[in-house]
Amino acid sequence: MTSDDMTLDASPPWLEVDALLDDPRTRIVVCCGSGGVGKTTTAAALGVRAAERGRKAVVLTIDPARRLAQSMGISELDNVPRQVKGVDETAGGELHAMMLDMKRTFDEIVEGHADPDRARAILENPFYQSLSAGFAGTQEYMAMEKLGQLRAGDEWDLIVVDTPPSRSALDFLDAPKRLGSFLDGKFIRVLMAPAKVGGRAGMKFLNVGMSMMTGTLSKLMGGQLLRDVQTFVAAMDTMFGGFRTRADATYRLLQAPGTAFLVVAAPERDALREAAYFVERLAAEQMPLAGLVLNRVHGSGAAQLSAERALAAAEALTEHAAEGADAENLEPSGIVDHHNGKAASGTAGGPSPAAATDQVAPTSASAAQLAAGLLRLHAERMQVLARERRTRDRFTALHPEVPVTEVAALPGDVHDLAGLRAIGDRLALNSAEADD
Amino acid sequence: MSRLHVVSGKGGTGKTTVAAALALALATEGRRTLLVEVEGRQGIAQLFETEALPYEERKIAVGPGGGEVHALAIDAERALLDYLQMFYKLGGAGRALKKLGAIDFATTIAPGLRDVLLTGKACEAVRRKDKTGRFLYDAVVMDAPPTGRITRFLNVNDEVAGLAKIGPIHNQAQAVMRVLKSPETAVHMVTLLEEMPVQETADGIAELRAAGIPVGGIVINMTRPALLDNGDLDIAARGARTGIAKALSQAGLGGARRGGLAERLIDPLLEQAREHAERVELERTEHAELKAIGLPTYELELLPEGVDLAGLYRLARDLRKQGPI
Ligand SMILES: Nc1ncnc2c1ncn2[C@@H]1O[C@H](COP(=O)(O)OP(=O)(O)OP(=O)(O)O)[C@@H](O)[C@H]1O
Ligand SMILES: Nc1ncnc2c1ncn2[C@@H]1O[C@H](COP(=O)(O)OP(=O)(O)OP(=O)(O)O)[C@@H](O)[C@H]1O
Ligand SMILES: [Mg+2]
Ligand SMILES: [Mg+2]
Repeated sequence: MTSDDMTLDASPPWLEVDALLDDPRTRIVVCCGSGGVGKTTTAAALGVRAAERGRKAVVLTIDPARRLAQSMGISELDNVPRQVKGVDETAGGELHAMMLDMKRTFDEIVEGHADPDRARAILENPFYQSLSAGFAGTQEYMAMEKLGQLRAGDEWDLIVVDTPPSRSALDFLDAPKRLGSFLDGKFIRVLMAPAKVGGRAGMKFLNVGMSMMTGTLSKLMGGQLLRDVQTFVAAMDTMFGGFRTRADATYRLLQAPGTAFLVVAAPERDALREAAYFVERLAAEQMPLAGLVLNRVHGSGAAQLSAERALAAAEALTEHAAEGADAENLEPSGIVDHHNGKAASGTAGGPSPAAATDQVAPTSASAAQLAAGLLRLHAERMQVLARERRTRDRFTALHPEVPVTEVAALPGDVHDLAGLRAIGDRLALNSAEADD
Repeated sequence: MSRLHVVSGKGGTGKTTVAAALALALATEGRRTLLVEVEGRQGIAQLFETEALPYEERKIAVGPGGGEVHALAIDAERALLDYLQMFYKLGGAGRALKKLGAIDFATTIAPGLRDVLLTGKACEAVRRKDKTGRFLYDAVVMDAPPTGRITRFLNVNDEVAGLAKIGPIHNQAQAVMRVLKSPETAVHMVTLLEEMPVQETADGIAELRAAGIPVGGIVINMTRPALLDNGDLDIAARGARTGIAKALSQAGLGGARRGGLAERLIDPLLEQAREHAERVELERTEHAELKAIGLPTYELELLPEGVDLAGLYRLARDLRKQGPI
């Protein structure tokens, strides 16, 4: 098949967002994707929509924009879900939201799984403090921990999870494994050996290779750091099994049929390349993909007018304006407007054509200029549209099986419930159309 | 003039693109620049349409003024092994450490170490001299981590000094910090004229300043010409409808009468204009906010067809035209 006939009718299946949110079997929705594409916004919008459609939902956000966090009442980091006010609860649903505090989450695990003395020793350990504040991957790991906790609580019937702005969109799948392989690895035994066997006396039980290793490490890291790491590892020892078990449990949770992954992407080459990569990876991990959310897509109400024609027309009008209006036989524009005025009442917030009073009607030259401006703008919009379509089609050609929904780019930023509702409407729009 | 240019910014704003354009822009008249990436994503190779970069400096482009751009994808693990070899002749032990998982630990889990290695390699390239005692690279440009992580990333010293109080890691971190806090370094922020990236830029700059790391300029990327603004919309609002319909009709787009093809274009066209004007207005506010930070700003247009190699050269030229960065 050539790419040409792919693009002709390569329309992918629609992603039925409302069906997904309404299905009581859907318990977890994970929004993932590359940086800045709208994961947090999508997660929040899905939460609002699910709640207003009657589900008891919680949104776990990561680093939301300040004003978005405020609009959901979670501007303080306290690591517990708070009920979001202003959500329509008439359908019997509720929305709770929280913002992940990775250090707090880590501390809670320590506090919850070690006796008080041991917990204090860990919390005060300088190595732990750095580790919990952000080694590459802590955020990803803690997001998965928190998800596991929320799910285990069984307090919500739907959990919507945002994922961290990772180095790569896949980091949050890999981070827990990385920690796991460290915890299972030989290295940790080397680190623990001296502390476990009891300092110097124990050293002779270690083989020569191992003591050479600790020697090297000590030389490299400085004795103090090595000791900190060793103390930390020893203190954490009893908890490691727990980490591992929970990481495995969360991983299985992500594979469960009640989970739905949504890959969010902007209609741009790089974002969609990462999305494609992600789709493949999810399949390899046997994690259930619900579909692709193509966010910030542009549309046009005048798509019948092509960029080329619009530009040519704009060109003609500009020439005309340059020649001077009086050289042409355009009538003064006011006359016809009288009977036009009342019929075309303006839409809310827009300039109201009904206000057309003729004393301020511009000359036809300026009308021509204005029209030329509108046409150029339209041409630009149509070019954007065409480019976005090409990128989308490329993705669809690679993954024709992936359901897609498109969310229009709103002209402003999204930072209140009304904005989230608008995004939610757009997320679900396709399915509504498909019903018609 | 700074010789280490660190390019950061919110995700997706164009850090990799701008870093590459800057490396090209600085490669004039026989000058040689090194473009480095630190996140293992092979963004440079994709941009320059070459195969994946190995852990090895290689020439990837010729600057518009006849200089050379070299590139390096820094890999923390290789940097650590190199480092062990260079300073301790620990080639064999390095392999043993790797088998144990210690290298993995050091480069992915141990806080800060990874960043010491990555920044350390970049600083080493900044200071490297040839046989005649001249700097090998006139400038090193780093495609750095995003705003949210940049201060931590560059401020490795604070992080590591709290952990490794003595020893080679400590010394290495100190040496790196000396370069990063000197006027030899400049951190540039890439942003779009949108609320979130601008907010992050302002926050990021404040953080860098508080950490004593020199901030360079702000690159406003993907700017678009304002084709229409609220003033024009006001005119439209005040009754230009008929005039516009006639103008459209005259330009061959159908009838101007009610229900005519041209007339039916007006609502959607005005709607687009309204959205555009809203964005222009937002962009003006964000622009003013960026200006208020008081750093030099540079602007790069949105290339409608995306950034290919030719586009990259064009961005480099545009950067150069706007004076030294
Ligand atoms: N459909 C939309 N229309 C307009 N603006 C949008 C839309 N979706 C998201 N945005 C805006 O884009 C910006 C980035 O969105 P968001 O923070 O949700 O992305 P993210 O993927 O979570 O980013 P990060 O990777 O940094 O976590 C925000 O300013 C948001 O308001
Ligand atoms: N001036 C520009 N005109 C048009 N497209 C651009 C421009 N600058 C960047 N882009 C495009 O925007 C996308 C993001 O750019 P880039 O990869 O450089 O961003 P980044 O900040 O490095 O992203 P990440 O956070 O994922 O590393 C790319 O597709 C790139 O081609
Ligand atoms: Mg986010
Ligand atoms: Mg990049």
